Amino acid sequence: MSSASREGIRKAPTGIPGLDEITGGGLPAGRPTLICGSAGCGKTLMAMEFVVRGASELGEPGVFVSFEELPEELSDNVRSLGFDLQDLESRGLLLVEHIHVERSEIEETGEYDLEGLFIRLGFAIDSIGAKRIVLDTLEVLFGGLPNEAILRSELRRLFRWLKDRGMTAVITGERGEGNLTRHGLEEYISDCVILLDHRVIDQLATRRLRVVKYRGTLHGTNEYPFLIDERGIEVLPITSLGLSHQASSERISSGTQGLDEMLGGEGFYRGSSVLVSGRAGAGKSSLAAQFVDAACRRGERATYFAFEESQSQVVRNMRSIGLDLQPWLDQGLLQFHAARPTLHGLERHLVTMYKQVRDLAPRVVVIDPVTNFLSVGNQEDVKAMLMRLIDFFKAQQITALFTSLTHGFDLEATDVAVSSLMDTWLLLREVEVNGERNRLLNVIKSRGMAHSNQVRELLLTGRGVDLVDVYLGPGGALTGAARLAQEARERAESLERRQEIEQQQRELERKRQALETRIEAQRLEFEAEEEDLVRRLQQAEAREQRRAEDLDAMARIRKANGEEQESLTGGGT
Amino acid sequence: MTRHKETDETEPAAASEELWDLKLYVAGQTPKSIAAVANLRKLCEEHLSGRYRVEVIDLVKNPQLARGDQILAIPTLVRRLPEPMRKIIGDLSNQERVLVGLDVHPRG
Repeated sequence: MSSASREGIRKAPTGIPGLDEITGGGLPAGRPTLICGSAGCGKTLMAMEFVVRGASELGEPGVFVSFEELPEELSDNVRSLGFDLQDLESRGLLLVEHIHVERSEIEETGEYDLEGLFIRLGFAIDSIGAKRIVLDTLEVLFGGLPNEAILRSELRRLFRWLKDRGMTAVITGERGEGNLTRHGLEEYISDCVILLDHRVIDQLATRRLRVVKYRGTLHGTNEYPFLIDERGIEVLPITSLGLSHQASSERISSGTQGLDEMLGGEGFYRGSSVLVSGRAGAGKSSLAAQFVDAACRRGERATYFAFEESQSQVVRNMRSIGLDLQPWLDQGLLQFHAARPTLHGLERHLVTMYKQVRDLAPRVVVIDPVTNFLSVGNQEDVKAMLMRLIDFFKAQQITALFTSLTHGFDLEATDVAVSSLMDTWLLLREVEVNGERNRLLNVIKSRGMAHSNQVRELLLTGRGVDLVDVYLGPGGALTGAARLAQEARERAESLERRQEIEQQQRELERKRQALETRIEAQRLEFEAEEEDLVRRLQQAEAREQRRAEDLDAMARIRKANGEEQESLTGGGT
Repeated sequence: MTRHKETDETEPAAASEELWDLKLYVAGQTPKSIAAVANLRKLCEEHLSGRYRVEVIDLVKNPQLARGDQILAIPTLVRRLPEPMRKIIGDLSNQERVLVGLDVHPRG
């Protein structure tokens, strides 16, 4: 709420959860407020809670003036809400005043006024120093007093008198035809008017509250569901008047490794809301269970609202994918709340969930599936309820995962109504090819993070949910057995190619060896020739030398005749 | 709880006749209150002489007394006896209606 409304008029908190939020702090202090509605809508209870909470929690003693019920009846009626009127009365914090009007006893014989009523109220107020007063319901006077003109002028005087005394007053009034109240009490009480409604839609009772008028203050103008239970009245939503929740940048794991990778490698933002939509058997609950499991592993508390299966059913089913939730249940980290959606009306579910979450303070919540509420309300109502729930979760920094069962062909369209409320939307699809069904997951959106645009195949294995890349190739995306077959084919092909290359390598090697062998042979041949040549050369030289020696020897032999001459000649060369 | 009897015009009732026990609630000395007291006195003298008892209660002085007889309108005349209890509101200026309301049959 803006600060302007706080500076405006002074407020008297009702202490009723939710109502003070809607009214920006409570009812106008020192002024009368009209609470109207048809029979059985909870007027008396709301008025009583206003007085009781004021007396017991807010230090403002109060007078409850009952024109209809006897004090004993009232006391019995509200005991089931945990209000002990006798105790409050004995402590001087509360006074129940019964004013009985019986028309048959009264004969009018001249001028009169209602000073007796004023005296009684004044005496009751003074005796306990009351700050609050309830008149339930003044309209009985219209039946009991013969002169309406006198009554109306006296009522006007009464409200002025209450204001002058600074009493925060609650006046209840029965809903009339075309009017807020049967006798037009709203004419006198213009500061604040609250309308209660109790409707039965599709055999389910729904209670709603609307602030019709609140002079000088901003207030929520919608119809808000409320509930009467063992703790009194609770009005919802708790915090949906503004979008002021803190956005956390902390990331938490989705519990599925492949999914974390798709979500920028880190998983969901803490406090975000996640929608997992898909048809029956697409693996929504399994993803949800892994999410819960991951939270419990981190030591965080988790609450699982199951609207389709019982606790033991979920636990058993998750064992089949290797997920044992029982230890978390035993440790008290995981709480199940399983109920049929048709068990209660929408707002009762809302309140129940709100209470569970408030009492258990989980960090992580799963609602499985959220679409089952469509059986209890129409789409708009469900959306409104979800919005309130999401707001509440966000305010508490609770990460919530909603599963949504989709029907029909257009998987995305059926969820648009709620998907706009979600931060992350995961779509699970099933494709049926070659006689088998396979599960696909893609991230349709995930606010504030880089996320994968790829389709992954979701496998439910004995070790949990696994996400694998689908086969993308010239033949399109393939999944399941087709993907496996394609992968096998590819493996075979690549093996073949590898073998071919290896063979070519071997061939080359062989050629190289052959070449080298040939080179060696030629070299050897060459060497042989060379050797031969050298040998022959040596032989030739040797022969030459020998011939020279022979000639020499011959010469020497010839010299036997003229040796001296020859030696002189030889000596000359 | 002590009741202040403002006016006592009690006379012992004749054994054969009924006793009329009346209470008039007023709030301070307002014109309506004064008129009511005067009208009641006159009526009792004329029609119930010797067999009535009237108690005038001022709620301004004794506000706690309003609860017992469930008084809202002022003035209110309560017929305690003879039973059943009856209530008449207003300043009693319409004597006919008072007599009807009290179920008093005028003496001839």
